[in-house]
Amino acid sequence: MEIEQFIQLFADQFDETEPELFKPSTEFRQLEEWSSLVAMAVLNMLEKKCNARIKSEEMRETQTIQALYDLMISKQTA
Amino acid sequence: MSSVFSLQNKTILITGASSGIGAAIAKEASKMGARVVITGRNEERLNATYLSLSGDGHLQYIADMANFKDIEQLVTKLPKLDGCVNNAGIVKPLMIQFSDKEDYESIFNVNTQAPILLTQLLIQHKKVNRSGSIVFISSISGIHCSSLGGSLYSASKGAIQGFVKGVALDLASKGIRVNSVNPGMIETKIFKDGAISDDQFDEDVKKYPLKRYGKPEEVAYAVIYLLSDASCWVTGTGLLIDGGFTLQ
Repeated sequence: MEIEQFIQLFADQFDETEPELFKPSTEFRQLEEWSSLVAMAVLNMLEKKCNARIKSEEMRETQTIQALYDLMISKQTA
Repeated sequence: MSSVFSLQNKTILITGASSGIGAAIAKEASKMGARVVITGRNEERLNATYLSLSGDGHLQYIADMANFKDIEQLVTKLPKLDGCVNNAGIVKPLMIQFSDKEDYESIFNVNTQAPILLTQLLIQHKKVNRSGSIVFISSISGIHCSSLGGSLYSASKGAIQGFVKGVALDLASKGIRVNSVNPGMIETKIFKDGAISDDQFDEDVKKYPLKRYGKPEEVAYAVIYLLSDASCWVTGTGLLIDGGFTLQ
């Protein structure tokens, strides 16, 4: 999966945030809409759409979308 | 010392006994004098529970509650029972937009369908003695509240609550009582490695007026009450054990 496609999937978990704010360098925890609800949706998305089971604690170590993408790639099972 | 809370001379089946709440129920029930029949999927862990039991005459059977054949085979092997604890269950935090038919089936298979089918088979095969007690380990979720990503789990437990009421009526004439225990969050490994972080748990525990999560044995004590003659006029109810969580 290319990062552009990942960013699209990531952005889909938000309802109000402007699409242009989602870039590889975006520190997603700083986005106003980021919440525990979005965090769970992102974890579910990683498992269901990217085949990457990532623990909440592991995602917490990442700050940028690029870092989360890299983590996803390292955890992909198929 | 005799007590109405004693389980002496009672044979009790406990599903999902290889860990967590099920293992605690098996241990505590055996301490109260019960002969227990334990089932679980993992042979090694089930045997660890078996070895921790007090007294003797206990039985253990490997069975996967997600597999109907396993349930059928289990029932044919069982001795006559005075109690059954439907404990086996799974949790999978999943937002509704990511849940699909497979998730629905896996959660409902274990949490709802298996305990219902086991109960049907136990009654059809006349495996439960008169004055027996059937207990379902349900939850606060789906009955009193729910949680983020908990819709399927809540639905699976809510269904059980309805089943308890109906079966309590059906079996009343046989003197068999049917109840549930509805715990809040219990310290087990069921949520380990999931979508919920330690930070979220730390926040969540503050919502409990008694300022901690429950312990598996605290669920076991409630189950013992419902299995014992101390609750002989209690049927069709759910015993809430939640450290006060649903009060506010």
